[in-house]
Formats: sequence, structure tokens, C-alpha cells
Amino acid sequence: MPTADGRRDGADGPRPVNGRHSALTLTVNGTPHALTLDHRTTVLDLLREHLGLTGTKKGCDHGQCGACTVLVDGRRANSCLLLAVAHDGRRITTVEGLADADRLHPLQEAFLERDALQCGYCTPGQICSAVGVLAEAADGFPSHVTPDTAPSGAPVALTADEIRERMSGNLCRCGAYPRIVEAVADAAAAGAGVGGR
Amino acid sequence: MRPFGYLRVDSVDEAVRAAAGQPGAQFLAGGTNLVDLMKLGVEAPRTLIDVSRLPLDRVEELPDGGLRIGATVRNADLAAAPVVRDRYPVLSQALLAGASGQLRNTATTGGNLLQRTRCGYFQDTAKPCNKREPGSGCPAVDGAHRDLAVLGHSAHCVATQPSDMAVALAALDATVHLHGPEGERTVPATDFHRLPGDSPERDTEIRLGELLTAVELPPPRAGARSRYRKVRDRASFAFALVSVAAVLAVRDGVVVHAALAFGGLAHRPWRARTAEAALHGAPATEEHFARAAAAELAAAAPLRDNGFKVPLAQSLAVGVLTELADRADRAGRADNG
Repeated sequence: MPTADGRRDGADGPRPVNGRHSALTLTVNGTPHALTLDHRTTVLDLLREHLGLTGTKKGCDHGQCGACTVLVDGRRANSCLLLAVAHDGRRITTVEGLADADRLHPLQEAFLERDALQCGYCTPGQICSAVGVLAEAADGFPSHVTPDTAPSGAPVALTADEIRERMSGNLCRCGAYPRIVEAVADAAAAGAGVGGR
Repeated sequence: MRPFGYLRVDSVDEAVRAAAGQPGAQFLAGGTNLVDLMKLGVEAPRTLIDVSRLPLDRVEELPDGGLRIGATVRNADLAAAPVVRDRYPVLSQALLAGASGQLRNTATTGGNLLQRTRCGYFQDTAKPCNKREPGSGCPAVDGAHRDLAVLGHSAHCVATQPSDMAVALAALDATVHLHGPEGERTVPATDFHRLPGDSPERDTEIRLGELLTAVELPPPRAGARSRYRKVRDRASFAFALVSVAAVLAVRDGVVVHAALAFGGLAHRPWRARTAEAALHGAPATEEHFARAAAAELAAAAPLRDNGFKVPLAQSLAVGVLTELADRADRAGRADNG
């Protein structure tokens, strides 16, 4: 998609404005945003401070808690460790972008149905991470607990052990883990991973 | 975080030229370690040269049966590549034992090899650290060192190398490919990480301005099986206390090839050459595995609070080798009958 100054998104890279700032374009939840940013700006701070999308949470700010998890071109990542300038042209999906108009994403429904939270601070990161987990398992990405005998490249069944291992980058200090595992299992059983990207 | 310039490059030559022209420049790939260290004030590059979109993101089979892994291949993609899972399971297992799903989607092969130690003193700019600030001292020697080195350390540094992947690459006899202002060169993975000696500020053999472009693996050893096992304080998403990467080939009950590397014990993946020499030609039994591991670990010099790592490494090595030998034995019996 061409931007206002005629560049193709991400094709030529960000345009330096001065030694510390660059102009770039990022698509967030389907909407392209042309921005001039300090190079130090993380995708997390861009979302919360510049675009007012506060669904994505800042927990540890060091990639250890997972509260800031978003999807980058469909794959989950810790937005606190991503420099926005390096993500020119990328598509970011946050928890605000998961629902289809008034219809919640199946994982959002599953978290509600299972009451898979207490304070809720980690929940957007848990849900975005789980969207990634379902897609990764469907695409045949193995985990630490996937049996060696599993055929390479084949979809992986999301057992409770698989869910626990694959969700280990998302901490929940309230300890809602048992219901988070159930919610992810429900969504997996309902086929939410198919076409999840 | 200190302000910095940013430059995205499209070729390896452009990256190397840009780095040569800009003092204080660093390469940025996935950034999972570098951005974190910039937030902590441990790293303060003047310019980031973004190499994340260089065409180094492929896993290619080589004519000799080996494998070339581009430096920007993501850890998750490398672990999932069928050619890696099927032919180098130890490498896939090591990658999957590290970090979290989110981090593995972002971190690259090159960045994984170049990640810095997680020693708490290195990461805390309020504390002295010879690796961060040469000559300032090492509080870890007498301080919080439960997670740190038992082999190959010096009075100047007792840090451990944190990568799981690097341990597997050491056992697989991988080669690291570097491209710098003076051209290309290769370094064996076993020599890429250094021991600290009196210059712990240098983690690896990489030179100023050099870009890590690829890692190459030799063809898999005929008849060999491989395995990575890691012991950590929790079941997932934690650095290794001790880990073992092993490649073992057994014929008629006798070891014909053994490559063994430890993680979590030293400033580099610890390739256990003494143990390997003891294993070669020895009966593939638990008793001989125990003798070989003990010969290697006789060199250990644990600190006040990390002596537990030595028996842990011993039992982990024996366990992994025994498991590989049992699998070879079962496969052999299946072939014969």
C-alpha cells in the first residue's frame, strides 16, 4: 500500500528525519499509521503512548513476563523488545484487533467462559500469545515437550502439557494458570487455530 | 536509553561498510538481548545498523550433505525446520529448551550466538564487572555465583555463556561464518566463544566490524544419535544450570563416535574432549560413561555456592549417553531380528 509520500510500505526503509528520529509506517489492527518517532521508541510504547491502544500492557519491560505480547505479521512477539523503527512496514495485531466487529475472537470467548483471569493485567498478552500458539501448533511448530517421534511439519495436538510449555512466556501473578490452560484447550478443540493468521 | 542513529541495510557489503564508517555502531537483528541491554544501560550504541532484513534467512542443504543456516533465521523457524528435526535433533531440542515462544519467534541464529551472559553483576551498571568495565573487578567471585562457572573461569570473570543453541553447535562441530572489512573467514563453533582469562570483555573471537553471516553444519555422522538435555530451576523459560548436548554412535556395543558438550558450566560451551577420548572404543555401558564424565569433570573448580553443578553435570551426561546407547541397542536388535 503506498503511503502519503509515495513509498511502498517498508520497501525502502524508514526515512531519517535527523540523527535520532525517523519517519516510518506501521499497520496496526489493519490501519496504516505514518509516524515520526525517536529511534528508542519500542512497539509497546508506540501502541500505548502514541496510538492510545492501552490494551497491550507493560509488565517487566524486559521480555520476561509476556504482558506486552502482540502479533507481528501474524507471529507473537514481546513488543517491549521491538524497536518501532525496525518494524517499518510490518503489520501489528493487538488485543484490540482480534474481535471481528461485535464478535469476540474465540480465545476471548474462551477466556470469558472459563473465567481465566483474576486481576486481568496479563490477559491481553495471554490471549495474543494463545492466538500465536494455536497458529504455531497448526503449522507444525514443535515445542520442548513435543515427542521426538512426532512427524516433522505435521500439526501438533495441543495437550495440556503442550499448552503449559508453549504459554510459559506469559506469567500470571494471580495464578490463573489452570483456567488459562482450559481456555486455550477449548479454543484449540473448537478449531480456532485453523486460519488463525 | 541513550539516543542513537538508525540505518537499515540491504546487503552484507553495505552492512560491513556502514559499520566500518561509524565508530560505536552495532548490528541489530532480533534485538531480544541487545534492546534489553540498552534499556539496562549496559549497551549504548551510537548507531544501530539493522541487518534483520538481509537475505540471510534461509536454511539450505549443502552438496556435501551438510547444512547452511543463515544468520537471520529465527530460532523458532530453525527448531521447526524438518531437515533440522530429522537430521540434527540435538539442535532442534536445544533451541526449544531456550527462552519462550515469543522470544524464539524474534531471536536470530546470529544473535543467539552473540548474546551476552546473564550474570547479575554484568547486567547491573551500579556494580563493578570486568566484562562490562575492564579492570573494575568481579564481585561474583565472592558474591551471588550459584548460576556461574565451574570450569575454565579466571580470577577476573566467572560468567557463563547462556545459549543452549551454542552447546548443540559445539557438539555438532559447526562452523561460524564471519564477514568483515578484510573479507570472509570461518571459526569452528568450539573456538568461537572464548574463555575469560584476563580479557573477559571479549565473549567471542568476532572482531570489531565483523558480521556473523551463517553457521554451517557438517553432514550428520552415519549411525549416530543425538540429544540435548537441560536442567533448570523451573520446567520452562529459564537458563540452564547445567545442560548436555551429545552425539553418540555405537557399533556392536562399542562407542565408535562420541561428541559431548556441556552448557551452564563455563564461559563457553564446554566441549568434553577428555571424556570423548575415554569413550572412543570403550564399551557403551553406564559404567564407562560415568568414568568418562568423571575424567572430564575432574578439572572442575567450583565456587563457594555452585559445587552442586559438578555431580549434576556428571549424572546428566551419564543419563543422556545411556539413553542414546539404549536407543542404538534397541535399533540394532530390531535390525537383526
